[in-house]
Amino acid sequence: MISAVSKPSLWTGLIAGLGLAVLFVLSLAVGVSPLPLNKVLSDPEAMQLLAVSRLPRTFAAVLCGAGLAIAGLIMQTLSRNRFVEPATAGTAQSAELGILLVTLLFPAAALWVKTLVAGGAALVGTSVFLATAHRLPPQQPFLVPLFGIVYGGVIGAVATFAAWQADLLQFLSVWTNGEFSGVLRGRYELLWIAALMVAVAWIVADRLTIMALGREASIGLGIDYARMMQIGLVIVSVITALAVVIVGMIPFVGLAVPNIVSRLMGDNVRGTLGWVAAGGAGLVLACDIAGRLLRYPYEIPVGTVMGVVGGAVFLWLLFRRGGHG
Amino acid sequence: MIRIENVSFKHRATPILSDISLDIPKGGVVALIGPNGAGKSTLLSLVARLQPLQAGVISVDGLPVDTTPSRDLAKVLAILRQDTTIASRLRVRELVGFGRFPHGRGRLTQEDDAIVDAAVAQFDLTDLSDRFIETLSGGQRQRALVAMAFAQDTDYLLLDEPLNNLDMYYARALMRSLRSVADANGKTVVIVLHDINQASAHADRIVAMKSGRIIADGTPGEILTPDMLDTVFGFRMRVETIEGKPFALHQL
Repeated sequence: MISAVSKPSLWTGLIAGLGLAVLFVLSLAVGVSPLPLNKVLSDPEAMQLLAVSRLPRTFAAVLCGAGLAIAGLIMQTLSRNRFVEPATAGTAQSAELGILLVTLLFPAAALWVKTLVAGGAALVGTSVFLATAHRLPPQQPFLVPLFGIVYGGVIGAVATFAAWQADLLQFLSVWTNGEFSGVLRGRYELLWIAALMVAVAWIVADRLTIMALGREASIGLGIDYARMMQIGLVIVSVITALAVVIVGMIPFVGLAVPNIVSRLMGDNVRGTLGWVAAGGAGLVLACDIAGRLLRYPYEIPVGTVMGVVGGAVFLWLLFRRGGHG
Repeated sequence: MIRIENVSFKHRATPILSDISLDIPKGGVVALIGPNGAGKSTLLSLVARLQPLQAGVISVDGLPVDTTPSRDLAKVLAILRQDTTIASRLRVRELVGFGRFPHGRGRLTQEDDAIVDAAVAQFDLTDLSDRFIETLSGGQRQRALVAMAFAQDTDYLLLDEPLNNLDMYYARALMRSLRSVADANGKTVVIVLHDINQASAHADRIVAMKSGRIIADGTPGEILTPDMLDTVFGFRMRVETIEGKPFALHQL
């Protein structure tokens, strides 16, 4: 077991930042119509492509990745369990059910109204999950993610049934499987709210670290436990709802990234939050680029690529933990 | 002063505490003793506002614990619970540093750093300060938690069985540290102890509880008598006086 891990140096930070920048530029360049980056400034058509499609798509991937990784980190903190994330514990499914219902009842509602309803549904669904998770015996850490998977499955089944009855199954699959190909200028800007949520998480970072020590330690240190729980829930729900409504859910980002960062750097959120956000952004960008290249010129949705990559990481985490239990 | 007036507490229908009243003046070490299930931990957690009061009043330095904002109380009173488990991967020094949270809300000043370093050194954790808590032994982890409570640097320190997992050397060292902060800095320490001889050697006052009530309250010399210990723990034990302090030979 690793006893002491040196804190990330300035160099590690620079290299990571450079890596993220390379992915960002690659994401701008890769696509069905070629975009030679050296000609962008002189070619108005290329400029148009960049501004309308490639740049929004890349920003959306960065925002979704960073946001969902932070949402996962916060959910793991609030439930004091490393194996939960919005996609596997009912948050995403509740958001999907919410947007499905608002689409059925008020089909003409604006995107932000739908996002708001999805966010509200995600908040309710996640609150119920956490309230139940806190009652499960802490000696059995796998009960919480198992319960989350069953719980999310039940809500997802309700959504599927409702969508089937209303002949909206195609819509549902848009929300359940993340995809960036439809992201255009004017259709993704709400996602910047996810960046705002990450900023809120940064402000309360120390409190989040203390929350992970448990209710009694938090109260002993003067933290308003119930209030922090609410703030955390709002961050998780808003980010998840935004992702579901605008690009569709991307699984495993919220699970894999915080766990890997925790392994390497520990759980002091003030120190790790930036790494988790950057890691999530990089992972989603990389998966999206891979999805665009694997069957070029066709695309594989990022949710599918991430399902394969993240699933493998999840299994690795589970078996690793079992090894020294 | 900690003032506890007519406090009763029930868990569902089971009474845990019945009409407890107790004044603990500022300064000194008070040991809470009694058999398992006497209500010692519950009383401590009520004083530390970890559970809502059901009946009665508790105040610390005049601040009612149920209505005073939690962050204000955290500057006056620190608690270390029994069996605290840390699932987070935090380094020892980071954990101890969070003891300063009530004072700076996360910003560590130079003064905070000095206090944290002192607490780390006081419990022999300097060599371990960059280690993750989960890699430590039970006793080392317990010392880190005690150091965190010390770093909170409050006038009142509540400790629930802090000697758990500590070997003889560190158990004695902790009791002596508590004695010295009480004597030198005028701190008030309330400590739940199972080892009544530690209580006799280091506490000014012993409060004995049984079945949710206080059944004895006095100096070690008054509490450590064969008759009194029989009432509290339910069997007779020999009591010998060594260097003027009574010690119970409860192993015989």
